[in-house]
Amino acid sequence: MAVKIELGRRYRFAASHRLHTEKLSEEENARVFGKCANPYGHGHNYVLEISVSGDVDPATGMITNLAELDPFVEREVIEVFDHHSLNEDVAAFRDVVPTTENLCIEIYNRLKGFPHAKLERVRVQETTNNSFEYDGNQKGNRS
Amino acid sequence: MVLITRKIEFSASHLYHNPAFSPEENRRVFGKCNNPHGHGHNYTLEVTVAGEPDPVTGMVLDLKELKEILEREVMQRMDHRFLNYEVAELKGKIPTCENIARVIWDLLDPKIKQGRLHRVRLHESSDLFADCYRNGAAC
Repeated sequence: MAVKIELGRRYRFAASHRLHTEKLSEEENARVFGKCANPYGHGHNYVLEISVSGDVDPATGMITNLAELDPFVEREVIEVFDHHSLNEDVAAFRDVVPTTENLCIEIYNRLKGFPHAKLERVRVQETTNNSFEYDGNQKGNRS
Repeated sequence: MVLITRKIEFSASHLYHNPAFSPEENRRVFGKCNNPHGHGHNYTLEVTVAGEPDPVTGMVLDLKELKEILEREVMQRMDHRFLNYEVAELKGKIPTCENIARVIWDLLDPKIKQGRLHRVRLHESSDLFADCYRNGAAC
């Protein structure tokens, strides 16, 4: 019986953002985004959970060595986002609202090229009460 | 279909060492996990069973029964054990999260008669875990 095995790994970063778009009036921004549209932004302790799949190497017992996965995620995501303003410091969010939905998509796109295992999905917890997942499915993606 | 998840915790020690590797290679591949006398973790196991609730009892399965299966198959086998030396199913395998989760899947799958085993998630720490699914099943 075929069993699929995935490895899950959790990382943390702290970042600020502001939900606001120039496509809407100030009143509409305030109505749609509420406090999240406050002009100077606010921050979260984000928790990133990623799942990768692949064959378990019998010599190591591993889908991928964390010694390869961790530096990759550190370089591609943590260094880019941690203690930064998502709006001001991340090019992808210059014209895209840095909601955690869009953050999931951006992180997925940054990590999907990991050469040692297949990225299955990313899950980002914005607070302990909100989490978002993306598995690369383009349906319903941002336009 | 409804999913029901039961969680248990066990503590065990292990080390990563492949006798086919040189000492340097073991060190390079496994790092601190290759320290010769091993180290331990508090493992958290989440077992998810899928099924339809019984129309009379409203249950997918009797949780008491699942609890007993987990006690017998996992706790008695792995809790407060050195996984490399004391768990026969892991003989010859590196006791990584991936391999332990797979062994637990193979132990539990034939024992769960009500509902169907859907997922085994084994946490080695809050930041590292492995998931086993039946291939083709939705995650």
